[in-house]
Amino acid sequence: MLSNAASCDINLDSFSAQRASNAEQRLYLQTSPEFAMKRLLAAGSGSIYQIAKSFRQGESGRFHNPEFTLLEWYRVGFSMTDLIAEVIELLMQCFGRNLGVYTLSYAQLFQQKTAINPHNTTLEELIAYAAAQGNPEAASICGNSLSNALDYIFSQYIQPNLKSNIVYFIIDYPVCMAMLAKLSDQQPICAKRFEVYFNNIELANGYEELTDVKQQQARFEAELEQRKNSNATVVPMDGNLLSALASGLPECSGVALGLDRLLMLISGAQSIDEVLSFPVHRA
Amino acid sequence: MATYNTSEFKGGLKIMMDNDPCSIVENEFVRPGKGPAFSRVKYRNLKTGRVIDRTFKSGETVEAADVMETEMAYLYNDGEFWHFMDETTYEQVSADAVAVGESSKWLKEQDKCTVMLWNGSPLSVAAANFVELTITDTDPGLKGDTSGGGGKPATLETGAVVRVPLFVQIGEVIKVDTRTGEYSARVKN
Repeated sequence: MLSNAASCDINLDSFSAQRASNAEQRLYLQTSPEFAMKRLLAAGSGSIYQIAKSFRQGESGRFHNPEFTLLEWYRVGFSMTDLIAEVIELLMQCFGRNLGVYTLSYAQLFQQKTAINPHNTTLEELIAYAAAQGNPEAASICGNSLSNALDYIFSQYIQPNLKSNIVYFIIDYPVCMAMLAKLSDQQPICAKRFEVYFNNIELANGYEELTDVKQQQARFEAELEQRKNSNATVVPMDGNLLSALASGLPECSGVALGLDRLLMLISGAQSIDEVLSFPVHRA
Repeated sequence: MATYNTSEFKGGLKIMMDNDPCSIVENEFVRPGKGPAFSRVKYRNLKTGRVIDRTFKSGETVEAADVMETEMAYLYNDGEFWHFMDETTYEQVSADAVAVGESSKWLKEQDKCTVMLWNGSPLSVAAANFVELTITDTDPGLKGDTSGGGGKPATLETGAVVRVPLFVQIGEVIKVDTRTGEYSARVKN
């Protein structure tokens, strides 16, 4: 859980601590177990799973707690489609019933609601759309990031309109939202990433994993650059992960599922506090 | 000047938005996918009563509104303003028709009510949940009718009109729920 490096993603803030009271060096609590698990995969672990505590600074609300639990697993040799089938199977077992499932591409859903093609849009067009919907403040919230604007519009105008009692698998994300996912070969090029939504809760995020070390390093560097430009804390890039990718990550797909949120959905809890022993305000 | 950070937002918090005092109705922390964190907030403009939806960047600060609710006694109406007094400090304030609003029809001299003050001047006035008022006018009821099925309109000493059971007569004191404007009970003298 404690690492020398942190996630470079500007929207993920790691908790950090001094290695020793008299030491300069800082260690970081994981925001998800992804990097460590990929090192194991590269070392030849084969398919693996983990139920792991993860930590994200500043995240607190009805669906968020700074300390939370992820069920994360990787399947060697699985494509994104194979893994989605497995997630569906797991959810049906957890809920003990058949569930209606929609699989839609990000672009389909985005275009349906906004008439904007997310693979081929600009920051200006998205901010103008938000302003027309009565949210001119989107400009300051999203800064100069196209992916932030896509995320903002998705969560403000699209996610709240998803039907209830249907599990949504949203697939094929715009390239700027690839994170650690592989890109597709066909046009339009999109990221082999999927997210799962159920009753307005974002439940899981998965990738057909990027195995190319050069591309991954370039993405990390771009994220660090963005951190510098926004005066965010610059954190150390995970060199161990990059070495593992260089030595060879097997073709695999992986997914992180919010276990607390799954418990909320199964139990009908209205707030994450109801499924935690000691939520942050009582921690 | 006091400010609040979005992480301190919660229902009931009083903030300044577009130069007007507002009260937060609802606040939800949102962090889409892997995107930027923000707060989705519903707030009520305390001057106009309008509820507005807006999003705030996480960590954004807004100015606190100096709004407080005080129990005060209603003194009198001079034709334009309603005058109230804090019974512990004897400080008096006057409220205009906009601030008093619908509450005016429940205000009886010397009755206690809740006055919401912004920078010391009244923003709104809420009558007590239950007030006791004398009936000044109503049709005489039918003799022997004690069930009160149907009811009839009655004018109260403050000018308010409420539906009362048929057996209630002029000169009697009744208890009214000011939140619904409905008759609640007859008060025995």
